[in-house]
Amino acid sequence: MNAVTPTRRSFLQTSGLILGLSLPAGRAAARAVAGGAPDALFAPNAFVRVTPGNQVIIVIKNVEFGQGPATGLATLAADEMDADWSQIAVEMAPANDALYANAALHTMGTGGSTSIATAFIQMREAGAAARAMLVEAAARRWGVPVSQVTASKGVVRHGDRAATFGELANDAAALSPPEKPVLKTPEQWTLIGTDVPKVDSAIKTDGSVQFTMDVRRPNMVHSAILHPPAFGGKMASVDDSAAMAVPGVLAVKPVPQGVAVYARDTYAAMRGRAALKVEWDLSAAERRSSDELLKVCAEAAAQPGVEAEAEGDVASALAGAAKTIEATYYFPYLAHAPMEPLDAVIEMNGDSMEMWMGAQMQVAQLSAAARVLGVPPEKAVLHQQYAGGSFGRRVEGTMAFPVEAASVFKAYGGRAPVKHVWTRENDLTGGYYRPIMVHRLRGGVDAAGRIVGWDQVIAGQSFARGTPMEAMMIHDGIDGTMVEGARESGYAFPAHRLGAHIVDSRVPTLWWRSVGSTHTAYSVETFLDRLLELGGVDPVAGRLALIEEDRRKGVLTRVAEMADWGAAVPEGRARGVAVHKSFGTYVAQIAEVSRGPEGVPRVHKVWCAVDCGVPVNPNVIRAQMEGGIGYGLGHALYAELVLGEGGVVQQHNFDSYRSLRIGEMPEVEVAVIASREEPTGVGEPGLPPIAPAVANAWRKLTGKAVDRLPFIHGDNR
Amino acid sequence: MATEFTLNGASASFDGDPDTPLLWVLRDHLGLTGTKYGCGIAQCGACTVHLDGKNRRSCVTPVSTVAGRSVTTIEGVSGPEAEAVQSAWVAIDVPQCGFCQSGQVMSAVGLLKARPRPSDDDIDAGMAGNICRCATYVRIRQAIKDAAEAMEG
Repeated sequence: MNAVTPTRRSFLQTSGLILGLSLPAGRAAARAVAGGAPDALFAPNAFVRVTPGNQVIIVIKNVEFGQGPATGLATLAADEMDADWSQIAVEMAPANDALYANAALHTMGTGGSTSIATAFIQMREAGAAARAMLVEAAARRWGVPVSQVTASKGVVRHGDRAATFGELANDAAALSPPEKPVLKTPEQWTLIGTDVPKVDSAIKTDGSVQFTMDVRRPNMVHSAILHPPAFGGKMASVDDSAAMAVPGVLAVKPVPQGVAVYARDTYAAMRGRAALKVEWDLSAAERRSSDELLKVCAEAAAQPGVEAEAEGDVASALAGAAKTIEATYYFPYLAHAPMEPLDAVIEMNGDSMEMWMGAQMQVAQLSAAARVLGVPPEKAVLHQQYAGGSFGRRVEGTMAFPVEAASVFKAYGGRAPVKHVWTRENDLTGGYYRPIMVHRLRGGVDAAGRIVGWDQVIAGQSFARGTPMEAMMIHDGIDGTMVEGARESGYAFPAHRLGAHIVDSRVPTLWWRSVGSTHTAYSVETFLDRLLELGGVDPVAGRLALIEEDRRKGVLTRVAEMADWGAAVPEGRARGVAVHKSFGTYVAQIAEVSRGPEGVPRVHKVWCAVDCGVPVNPNVIRAQMEGGIGYGLGHALYAELVLGEGGVVQQHNFDSYRSLRIGEMPEVEVAVIASREEPTGVGEPGLPPIAPAVANAWRKLTGKAVDRLPFIHGDNR
Repeated sequence: MATEFTLNGASASFDGDPDTPLLWVLRDHLGLTGTKYGCGIAQCGACTVHLDGKNRRSCVTPVSTVAGRSVTTIEGVSGPEAEAVQSAWVAIDVPQCGFCQSGQVMSAVGLLKARPRPSDDDIDAGMAGNICRCATYVRIRQAIKDAAEAMEG
């Protein structure tokens, strides 16, 4: 269990050290910090355990919801440790900021494609420290100098003598960790940079992996919730007589978030919910439709807004341009719709609380739930689960879901463990969407075809506004996540200006895979394509001439080579290109499209070049590019979350919130750039270029510019 | 009256509302949680099981309709197609979050039973009912082809 004492926690915080801690070694210490590894014999630090059975357990501080950090973090530690990959197992870390905080977030958490970047030194040092102690234990046992002892694939050797890590674990546990573990040089890596098999593929193929939804506890009750039909609404009264008459329904309780139904199984809870008769008070609710909100954004975008970036005199540059164009882009609300809807299991035993969840910010989410129940942090335990997708949905800045799950648990009186599971309808109508945005762009070229001015205004919702994140994220009236990707676009325009407006609404919004780049990459890369065409410049050559960074040029050049850009394209097809940097990672893509059914593009093939620094696991990187392309393409072509009349969400399930299906997925070819730069993330950066690459190809093929997403929207056809 | 059926080769029984979808009988009452809920309206395929050897969305299958029939879930699927599919899946690391993959594997096994050498169009049609929000589709397609090839060889 997560039984780190307050004394130890304060010490750790004061010392500011996460690694290389001189924790008391051995069995007791392992229990104290490791949570679920009571059999660990050798626990030199917070991340490495060696069992008597010669298993090496790597403790994973990030949530694993598909982007591969469990494999990546284990690879970093295992390589420095010289462990054999077959002896590696992973375990989810307990909720403990002192030991497991994400250095980029200052608390435990996963986001911003930071998992590998922030763990690159930390996990390697953890492995290197363990290796040094195992080697020293062997040297002492054999009475030889440490310098003559080697380690490879989980075995320590001197001459003819050999011992496994498991055999040395007990001796190693009696030693002190090195003050500063010595790390390998890149030439010495044996696992980093290779396609080591993922740690979770087998359990995710035979059905044995456990998600929160699969957790079962004795006497557990299942709950379902009905939310108000518009955001900001409240329950006025409820008639639960029909719901209570459903066999298996145990109780109906009002909660701050809506009305909860408790039942013996999920089906009864869902049926009970369907039978509720609720009067809602919508007097304080957001009643505007998406169209009305987009209109407000468009009106704002016609004004200059707060300056986010500026250079030169754009007004004069555009006034003196030989040719100018302008465009207004509309971006809808988008739901994340992870395959596993949000869920949590909560149980109280005496004054202690246990929560099972695939938490994206473990400590903050556990604490938020504990506060609702009046449980002090040291009495709250998180059993971190694998999570069935997130794309940003598994934590809100407001901690809304853990607060709801705890409220639902509390309303039942703490009588039984409660598994609170959202239905797909809850998920799609539950808010926390990618915010709506409107971009207005104006640009011009001179008589020689050179771009002389670029004026961009972004208006939309800020998901930070009105949340605890506001102070950290909004500076001088600018929410950086609204403009990222357009600010520091990477293109050297002689005169340019970027303005922004925050438009307020009660519709809760949130980060969504690649955040601001979900819309900025689209407007920048498609508008740039139009300006280059206006100047009679090739899309690749024109971009290369404007790009200053070598790595951005590198991915663009590479993808052009892969696709043989400029060569003949099959009849009825066209190609488009886009390049974008997000979260420190550079990605360029070329898409080949034809006219598909329903008046939208059929995307046949995507070439993708990615530079994410040191490629820790090229296979995982390729998978994330494939996934980012598919997720981005599905939403760009087919998906929008629409608030209709009265602010009521129109999409309730996958029949109306359309998801990409296998027949719509293009072939994908990925090149991972060899690099010695510090590694950056790959969970998000594969997404931003796909929609503009497809749009640029579509415009070339059809002459039609798509300024309103998704492509399938009636305005585009 | 209890509903009796065969589940992964053994006899099973459910004594509750006969309209209860098979999905929730499996998950909440019989403890087989490998079969997943993703939509409840046969749109996503995460709940795919085999009913008398054929693909079936358990979320819209009242348990009463499987009386006397044979249900196979991810926990019990076996045979040459299942072995080939699951080996191929692991070999190229198909899963990302993994939540849809029980359903993907069951659909792929059902597809290979019906069409041992599926074309791309067969794969598009046979797997169209299974959504993967992580978009692992490139690898799903490849793994199905690899499995078909392995079964031939």
